[in-house]
Amino acid sequence: MGNAAVIHVEELTKAYGELVALDGISFDVWDGELFGLLGPNGAGKTTTIRILTGLSRPTSGKALVLGHNVRTEIVRARKHVGVVPEQSNVYDELTVLENLLFMGRLYGVPRRERRRRAEELVETFRLSERKESSAQALSRGMKRALTIACALMHKPRLLFLDEPTVGLDVAATRSLRALIQELHYRGITMFFTTHYLEEADLLCDRAAILVRGRIVAIGSPAELKSMVQEKPVIVVRFEKPVPNVEVSLHLHLPWSHIGALNSQEVRIMGGDPVQVLETLFSFARQTGVRIVAVNTMQPTLEEAFLKITGLSPMVMAQERGK
Amino acid sequence: MIGRDDLRGICSIVGKDMRTYYLKPPAVSWGIVFPITWILAFYLRNPRDFRELLPGLIAMTALFSTTAAEAVVINFELRLGSLERLLLASIRVSTVFLAKVLGGALFGLLMSAVVTVGTCLAVANPLDVAKLFLILIFSLAAFASLGALLCVLVKEVFEAQTLLNLPRFVMIFLSGVVYPVSALPTPLRVLSRFFPLTYSVEGIRLAFSSPQANIVWLDLLALVGFTALFLLVGARRFAARFD
Repeated sequence: MGNAAVIHVEELTKAYGELVALDGISFDVWDGELFGLLGPNGAGKTTTIRILTGLSRPTSGKALVLGHNVRTEIVRARKHVGVVPEQSNVYDELTVLENLLFMGRLYGVPRRERRRRAEELVETFRLSERKESSAQALSRGMKRALTIACALMHKPRLLFLDEPTVGLDVAATRSLRALIQELHYRGITMFFTTHYLEEADLLCDRAAILVRGRIVAIGSPAELKSMVQEKPVIVVRFEKPVPNVEVSLHLHLPWSHIGALNSQEVRIMGGDPVQVLETLFSFARQTGVRIVAVNTMQPTLEEAFLKITGLSPMVMAQERGK
Repeated sequence: MIGRDDLRGICSIVGKDMRTYYLKPPAVSWGIVFPITWILAFYLRNPRDFRELLPGLIAMTALFSTTAAEAVVINFELRLGSLERLLLASIRVSTVFLAKVLGGALFGLLMSAVVTVGTCLAVANPLDVAKLFLILIFSLAAFASLGALLCVLVKEVFEAQTLLNLPRFVMIFLSGVVYPVSALPTPLRVLSRFFPLTYSVEGIRLAFSSPQANIVWLDLLALVGFTALFLLVGARRFAARFD
């Protein structure tokens, strides 16, 4: 990743009358980075994207996209920016290829290059067999892929994706995530919003957590998780049930908290991980039971998110079912 | 000032709107079948007076065809979010609005040209082609910008269609399409001066018959004024919709 800020946001505020949608947020997105903006519904994620793409004007504060002020020079920045909105907005009446060619014309892609580029994107997004079909006939996942392809027609340096996988089935979601990763490897800077935390964990280099218009935490997924990790957790699985495993292990590991998940599986929290592992192997030798799996557990990004935001797991479940 | 990017944007949007919406049966039928039905009805009723009605019928065709699909082109795209896609390109918001207006005007030109050429050939009317062309072009611009302005005032397609019908039908009766403005009571005659269709009918009538060449410029001026006003207010309202 480069050290130039592709997006620079400083004390950005957006108010709709009394309602403050963004409350003085500040962050930078670096060249080549895949940056996620996480937050529950209504946190201000889409408002942030709308301001950064010039669809909405900030009430106060400063935002630069590719060095251009969003208040005064956004049209210049847009030449190098692609946007994938939450709702796919391709033209249903046009075919896959026509949609791409139209976007190419709109962004001034030279005629000769336009066709080649459209064919290339159709290939990349696995739409070759449907390139002459009208967009209306595409599945939701394919339409989403076409929306992203359209946003890439003019080879943008920066791509905004607003909730890219919302409403897609498991297969389409996996395929789209793989495509996003591929684009990231190609060096495109990406700014995306999501409330799927496993998605953010998988894709993001860094993420900011936005709650009620304010950024409450920012960092890599690992950094965000480490903010809430208190003690190391190890889960060990034995090949067969061990009688009184919880009590027996506690004698060997008095400083750790032992919890039996079932008769073969134990969760050990706290203590020096190296010492815990050595003790576990020696316990297995003494009791004559083989260890079949040892996992060190970290808090998930979702756990980190819940702790940082103070939201209840029930709210998160509702978010996922949106 | 309109730059190269804006011009390219306008051409792309107009071309796409033509293919996607205008040159489709619903727009063509509303834009041409409706005026042709009126023309035939008037012709069959009284073929001798038909020449008198011709300017009004051409102006009416221009009005109906320009506004035939603007509600779809603007409000339908607003609802789908595809209008936002255009706003994300490297062109200004006012350019997108202008492109929508020009699409309507171009479709109106095609439809009015068919009706004008057809009826003129049929009744062999003498006319000043240059004057007619000028009046028609400025009428199309005024009607298309009025239609676009009304569309951006509301959300849904049906609301826009309803709102468009009001001035369309009021203008047909008060702008001299079927009934001469000079024969209207004074208050209605004054009111008719606030409608672009009045100047359009007047200008086309002059292009068909009158040697008073200068008067057509007053009609042109009025139509330019209406176009500028509708474009300015429309572009502002359009931009405001996205904030």
